Amino acid sequence: MISFKQCEHSCVLGKPVPRERLVRLAGGRVAAGFPSPAEEYLERTLDLHELLVQRPEATYFVRVSGDSMLGAGIHDGDILVVDRSLTPRNNSVVIASVSNDFTVKRLRLRPDGPPLLMAENPGYDPIAVTPDSEFEIWGVVLHVIHSLQS
Amino acid sequence: MAKFALVDCNNFYASCERVFRPDLRDTPIVVLSNNDGCIIARSAEAKAAGIPMGAPYFKCRAQLERCGVEAFSSNYALYGDMSARVMRVLDRFVPRLEIYSIDEAFADLSGVPGGALQYARRLRATVCQWTGIPVSIGIGPTKTLAKVANRFAKKQARCRGVFDFGASPDPDLVLDWTDVGDVWGIGRKHAKRLRAMGVNTAREFRDLDRDWVRRKMSVTGLHTLLELRGMPCFGLDNCPAPKKNIVSSRSFGRPVKTLDDMREAVACYVTRAAEKLRRQRSTASGIMVFLHTNKFIANLPQYSNSEYAPVHPATMHTPTLIRAAHQLLERIWRDGYSYKKGGVMLSGLEPAHGRWLSLLELPPDDRPQDGPLMRALDGINARWGRDTVLFAASGLKRDWRMRRERRSPRYTTAWAELPVVRA
Repeated sequence: MISFKQCEHSCVLGKPVPRERLVRLAGGRVAAGFPSPAEEYLERTLDLHELLVQRPEATYFVRVSGDSMLGAGIHDGDILVVDRSLTPRNNSVVIASVSNDFTVKRLRLRPDGPPLLMAENPGYDPIAVTPDSEFEIWGVVLHVIHSLQS
Repeated sequence: MAKFALVDCNNFYASCERVFRPDLRDTPIVVLSNNDGCIIARSAEAKAAGIPMGAPYFKCRAQLERCGVEAFSSNYALYGDMSARVMRVLDRFVPRLEIYSIDEAFADLSGVPGGALQYARRLRATVCQWTGIPVSIGIGPTKTLAKVANRFAKKQARCRGVFDFGASPDPDLVLDWTDVGDVWGIGRKHAKRLRAMGVNTAREFRDLDRDWVRRKMSVTGLHTLLELRGMPCFGLDNCPAPKKNIVSSRSFGRPVKTLDDMREAVACYVTRAAEKLRRQRSTASGIMVFLHTNKFIANLPQYSNSEYAPVHPATMHTPTLIRAAHQLLERIWRDGYSYKKGGVMLSGLEPAHGRWLSLLELPPDDRPQDGPLMRALDGINARWGRDTVLFAASGLKRDWRMRRERRSPRYTTAWAELPVVRA
């Protein structure tokens, strides 16, 4: 952290600078005196973002409303981590825009017909994508963030 | 030969709104300036419907409604985040990048695998898939030609968003197509003079005598000419110089008449400007405060003034800057006027680490209690949203604050405003 100018400056002045003072000036958090035995082992705290987000520029968070995906562990009010850089495959959970509305469903690709959007709740029917419906895969869902506090 | 590419987001603000509103895919959209004053951005459909740029919102409101146009207050939290995403994707895939504005970047595509044109096509598809923002890419041997190519790519549907001068069978046709006033670096004044002389297109300008251009349009005009001839005069600037000034100012939602209100507003602007200052790791050594009444209301008494003061030692410490700004405000404040606008400018910016330190006294922002305080303040406000923690001086009720009645949610920067998906 010690910058060149600060170094130079302390020398230009030609006065001896106490070592502790220099260290403190340089903005380090090294305390002069007894060294901490844990210092060598300091690491960063774990960052959930690092675990859940591979490509930040392509990752969006969305909020769930409804219960058609309970079977996939997606509850009303949950937050989904959506990656737009991934290509959806058969059985991917995706965000799709269907007739101008965002919906989360499991994508079923069929060799002999248009894809289906499957709910994971027996109360809901699959949505068939017809050629003339406004349909677009918006992103692939990677994680569900579900809070156990209500 | 160099291969410059200009990547430009199409109708950027309108596109940002559309990423989260599939229902607006074909709806004309306009975005309003701060305070919902004027139209500052239009989607292609709004342009086609004849909605003029810069028109005051209250004047064309009826026309907008008649044409089914959706109007949004500007949502800079969203636009800023989306811009950063686009730039990060570009940065990941091109060897060198110069961010030119919120929605434009120059890239160096020389030596990319598969050739510049193919590479740009893939790049365009990737940006669109990853971020949802459509872009156009123009490629040429100079920055000016890349700009021309970009315009062509955007306007000509058959280009499908990408045009490369190097891959074109007849590049002169594109220069014939380009209006001289649309050439990067030729201002409105010069364009008018050139047209009066019968120089209407980029090609006609390119073929002018260089000494004549040098005499009549100075070295700037000469550079433009040479660049149109394919001789690079501008390189890629991938480390732009830090800004020399930071301005924070707004028109008020309603006229400000009391010193107390104005003090709040000024403190708020300083807070904003100081945040920017710290983000670019600079200190300011001067501050200016300005205010004025509404010049467009003829029968009101008019007053405007500004005052500058040096700040010594240079600092990035918000309370120090607020104190300085308030002293300046007191000097220029006059009772009895309705103020329309106020603001502050921080100047004399220099990198925080490059400046001389006095060993005898620590500058105020390095005082043990202040540096961490500013860091904590910025950290909290970055994480939980602007103004989660604020200085009481900037006011708690903020009646003067601007109108933003039609702002869309901050989809990407506020937990409470995430897009909703149906399950």
